Amino acid sequence: MNAPIKTRSKARFEGYHAARWAEPVVMEMCCEGRRGAMFPPAGTDVRLPAGAMRKKAPQLPQMTEHDVLRHYLHLSQMTLGMMGVSLFGTCTMKYNPRIGEKVVAGKNLAEVHPLQHPDTLQGIMEIYANFSDILCELSGMDQFVFQAGGGADAAYTHACLTRAYHASRGELEQRDQIITTIQTHPCSPATANTAGFEVITLSLEENGYPSLEQLKSVVGPRTAALMVNNPDDMGIYNPDIKEWVRIVHEAGGLCFYDHANFNGVMTRLRARELGFDACMYMLHKTFGAPKGGGGPAVGAYGCSKELEPFLPSPLVKREGDRFVLDEDRPLSVGKIREFWGNAPQVVKAYAWALAMGAEGLREAADISVLANNYMDKRLGEVKGVTRSNPGIDAWRMEMTRHSLETVTRDTGCTVVDISNRMTDFGIDALWLSHEPWLVAEPFTPEAGELWSKEDIDYWIDVMEHVIHEAYADPDMVKTAPHKGAIHQLKGASLEDPERWATTWRAHRRKNLGV
Amino acid sequence: MLGLIVNPMAGLGGPAGLNGSDGADILARALARGARPGSVPRAIRAMRAFAGACPILTGPGSLGADAIADGATVEVVAMTVADDASDTRRLAEAMKGRVGLILFAGGDGTARDIAGVVGEEVPILGIPAGVKMHSAIFARNPESAGRGAAEFLKTDRARTQRAEVLDIDEAARREGRLSTSLYGVVRTPDAAQVLQGAKAGGGGGLGELDAALGIYVAGMEPDTLYLLGPGTTMAALKARLSGHEGSLLGVDVARGGEIVAANASERDLVALLEGAPRARIALSVVGGQGFLLGRGNQQISPRVLRKVGLKNIDVFCASEKLARLSPAVLSVDTGDSRLDAELAGYRPVMTGANKSQVVRIAA
Amino acid sequence: MTQPHPWMANAVQETKDEMMAALGVSSVEELFHQIPADHLTQRPFDLPRQLASETELSRHLEDLLAKNENAADNLCFLGAGAWPHYVPSICDEIAGRYEWQTSVFGSPTSDHGRNQAWFEFTSQIGALVEMDFVGLPVYSWGCAIGHGVRMAARMTGRSRVLVPAVMDPERLAVLRTYCGPSEMERHLDIVEVAVGADGLIDREDLATKLDDTVAALYFETPSYHGVIESDPAGLCQAARAVGAEAIAGVDPISLGVLEAPGAYGATMAVGPTQPLGVHMNCGGGVGGFIASPDEERYAREYPTLNISIAETIKEGEYGFGLTLFHQSSYGMRDEGKDWTGNSVYLWAVANAAYMAAMGPEGFREIGELILARSHRAASAIDALPGCSVDLERPFFKEFVVRFDRARVADVNAALRAQGIFGGKDISGEPGIDGQAALFCVTEVHTDADIDRLVAALKEAL
Repeated sequence: MNAPIKTRSKARFEGYHAARWAEPVVMEMCCEGRRGAMFPPAGTDVRLPAGAMRKKAPQLPQMTEHDVLRHYLHLSQMTLGMMGVSLFGTCTMKYNPRIGEKVVAGKNLAEVHPLQHPDTLQGIMEIYANFSDILCELSGMDQFVFQAGGGADAAYTHACLTRAYHASRGELEQRDQIITTIQTHPCSPATANTAGFEVITLSLEENGYPSLEQLKSVVGPRTAALMVNNPDDMGIYNPDIKEWVRIVHEAGGLCFYDHANFNGVMTRLRARELGFDACMYMLHKTFGAPKGGGGPAVGAYGCSKELEPFLPSPLVKREGDRFVLDEDRPLSVGKIREFWGNAPQVVKAYAWALAMGAEGLREAADISVLANNYMDKRLGEVKGVTRSNPGIDAWRMEMTRHSLETVTRDTGCTVVDISNRMTDFGIDALWLSHEPWLVAEPFTPEAGELWSKEDIDYWIDVMEHVIHEAYADPDMVKTAPHKGAIHQLKGASLEDPERWATTWRAHRRKNLGV
Repeated sequence: MLGLIVNPMAGLGGPAGLNGSDGADILARALARGARPGSVPRAIRAMRAFAGACPILTGPGSLGADAIADGATVEVVAMTVADDASDTRRLAEAMKGRVGLILFAGGDGTARDIAGVVGEEVPILGIPAGVKMHSAIFARNPESAGRGAAEFLKTDRARTQRAEVLDIDEAARREGRLSTSLYGVVRTPDAAQVLQGAKAGGGGGLGELDAALGIYVAGMEPDTLYLLGPGTTMAALKARLSGHEGSLLGVDVARGGEIVAANASERDLVALLEGAPRARIALSVVGGQGFLLGRGNQQISPRVLRKVGLKNIDVFCASEKLARLSPAVLSVDTGDSRLDAELAGYRPVMTGANKSQVVRIAA
Repeated sequence: MTQPHPWMANAVQETKDEMMAALGVSSVEELFHQIPADHLTQRPFDLPRQLASETELSRHLEDLLAKNENAADNLCFLGAGAWPHYVPSICDEIAGRYEWQTSVFGSPTSDHGRNQAWFEFTSQIGALVEMDFVGLPVYSWGCAIGHGVRMAARMTGRSRVLVPAVMDPERLAVLRTYCGPSEMERHLDIVEVAVGADGLIDREDLATKLDDTVAALYFETPSYHGVIESDPAGLCQAARAVGAEAIAGVDPISLGVLEAPGAYGATMAVGPTQPLGVHMNCGGGVGGFIASPDEERYAREYPTLNISIAETIKEGEYGFGLTLFHQSSYGMRDEGKDWTGNSVYLWAVANAAYMAAMGPEGFREIGELILARSHRAASAIDALPGCSVDLERPFFKEFVVRFDRARVADVNAALRAQGIFGGKDISGEPGIDGQAALFCVTEVHTDADIDRLVAALKEAL
């Protein structure tokens, strides 16, 4: 028995079914002699050392060009992405404007080599400089660099800068601790640790964030840096943050603002004005570049004048009407990644920022916070949904963490079950929570400025429907999805060393016995 | 074969406001207040999910047989029913050596009874049906218990992990005092999705903490005496040392990389500290209540603590376990309220290699 | 704002009013009350004028990018970390799909197609390098080396890493970042092994440096200078003999003709992914892969996301899920993991399509073609007075041109005037005396292109 469906969304509810092409793994698409690419004959035969020559041809597919194209287009059709409604929290789902794709696909960017003479790179350098100026204006920082290949890579950049900064003052050996909070993205502690620092994580307290006393208990001569986000993923803004920065500075540490959750505060505050030395924006989140399922991405890293000498090289600098690549920077951390960043993503983000303008950015922040609180209000009326920090009576920022603990306790259906079932209605999988889970059976939607109120209402209607279904027919939910491209995965083999297989070779050997 | 044990009295105390159901007089009062056994229906739900995956060995009537649907292959242990905790124990005894897994419906008290009989010999998994379920062996709900059991028994390769069986002293709890103790260690299926509080795909067991313990052991000063508290985390630390075999439930003492005293009493500790120039105490957090001192480690008395020095206490706890404390506050109850007040404040807890999390200590 | 922006559905005033009414607020400002007043900025935002119309925006962007010169209208002989290879049209069409451009995390069912494409990337890389475990790609080749040696350090408990003294400075700089400065207690030491006049790792110097304190020997074939290692098996054997990991850096485009690392005893393989169907994108096309045997010892050290095939609840149906998502501490490793995050996963899809289209024959043909074309170019350049190429060295795709008198900067300026991007100026780099440039010749360079280059060089000299 199914719960009644709200009539306004009825057609959408019933209409969806994922494409189901039952595509074989490409490695099975192998007909001896077929080919999808051809090259002119080499003409001459170049002799190679015997020990260097390949003896056995690689076991790759053999298929026509048309079949390759169809295979991958079928796979794209079995990828939901943002084709339905995706309110994937912390990732700020935005429109990825096609104009950006069109421009970067042209030969003036796609067919450009990063080691070309700077005279031949003036266009892309101007875009880098212009966009750095825009981000400096938004953050109050003095210089941005786009070398980092993602948000985590920008956090790593900061950890490396922290090393270089303290080393330049002869204090690196002494300053071996980086402080973060339990609600900061795990990439901050992970990159700090990789960079060789000891990581101290602060716990949340009754107000929803760590107290000043807690921070003070660990700040000292070993403090190298503070790495935090604000607001956090539960939608709570730490009002003491200026004082935090003052305390850490007083002890000699640097302060890094992970602006992963920038959407709700953009054009309202500047990281530098709060005292931060450096900050990071994810161009594939806040600035509309596509996520691509996980990159290519850019963690735009900006810092104050004082830290600029330590930034990775090269820096794009304006010299009169010209632009130069500044590589002669003796204090620089060196390179985080080869060359100077995912240029196409920088162009797309620049395009997005221009299209929005200052007034558009303010509007986007307003809408995302308004839409989130509207969602919050409606979700609060759904049976079984509870909100994190229930004791805190405040409007949330651009996202809120909720819990389905009640539903799970009553029905046995977990948040993962609910999420799986929601995909039967064209809703992309929910973002749950970073680890460790402070909230049981968590989910964290973020409406942002893109999605219409109708989309948001539909999303909530689907969740409400599925929760009712969990009470009435839990098996229906637990065995979901039913209208997906495939059925639910049996997870057990994924963690079994005798069965996991990250390549077809391994699969054949371990699971097929050939 | 699956062993099924239902404690028909489990969970009676809770709804009746009696804080648990251990003890015959409590049960009588609960039944008098109109409580109805909830463990049998919960066991029925679990067995429905189990779906007769393999033959079942169980007790008569409400001890298990009532929970099994017609058509399943069942063997019922012939026994006289005493209607008390001895039923659970006798059933567990009968299952030793015969079943691959004991699935039980009950709470911490039931777990404690079974653990006392089977120890680490037979893996056990709990269908949540009690008032107190602090032990890390309970499935999230009856269905996941049943499915988890079926999954576990399907292959002989299934992995287990060690889990602590905890219980609260119910007499103390009813008097308003909270006192968790560690009663033993059992094996339970290592299926993260099955267990309560565990996260999808999360690595079970010690995880990152193991590396922290390794670093700690590597950095032990040769002239320092180390007092090592009870629990599985500390047992893993003790296992990295030579000398005496480390104890699971006791306080052990190490020096120069080896354990020089196991299961030390408070007097032993004081005596050992007499001749030591320096000493440190290493502790982990036992159970879901977040007690650091005064529960299960009373040997580390105020006298011992003062002798070692409050600055010389190292605490280890997995971040997942800290996450379950809301807010992240650890308690101390050493019996000396002035000392408790001195211990109060913020303290870093080691959660992994080169990682710590700051928590508040409340007196 | 007077007009609702085309990218914001809820910019329509009525919609905003509806939501505010539901919340019982009269102004959006009220919702921001968590932010203390003294945090709010007082300085207005001085940003460029809004370009909400695509017509205007398009013109602005195209005008700016037109200030670039490109490798399509010019002849590009630059390589060294980004290479001019042909990108089949289907790769662009496939990578341009909005579905996977907008996918974020999803689930094995909702983003099934993307997960399968990922598995097809790792499977085909595995086939090329002949190794059973391949992680999802990392940011770049340099990052792959960095993660690779850190994995080796954790596995072996050792902290010295041997690398060739002649290595791409760009990649080496990235590796140095990953190994950390010496002030850090947990840093890794990078030890350079001499490279002989033949362009290969000096075996004698290697023997003095390779001992049981070494976590990994890293070598490349073809090397930075394009030289093919004649006995990779010997290098790997030497590393394994002291308990070190043998990490081979390889260009996947060469693997139709050059031996697979798995076949000559490398214990790990790393390399770039840009040659496999991704445009140079001014360096924004780079990506890297990491491969190894499918043994727990390796698998549990991967910092990458890893995708595994797995059954679904329907008999006979397969899907793809993340494995080893939470890399837990294992054995005696006393260090945490590196990190992962967004990487270059969309490029992995393009890579997968590229490899499928190529197949074994395509890889053999392109390998032979690049060998033939690069050797033809090298021979012709060597025949010019004033410059030389060591034709004794076996090489693939890239080769060093030494100039007797001319400065590379001047030569390249003269070439540029003829619409040719000359080789990378490597004068002054390790292993180079005097003036030299690293030229890259691939399947995109026709015989006529090579003739044009040679003629222009002749003129410049």
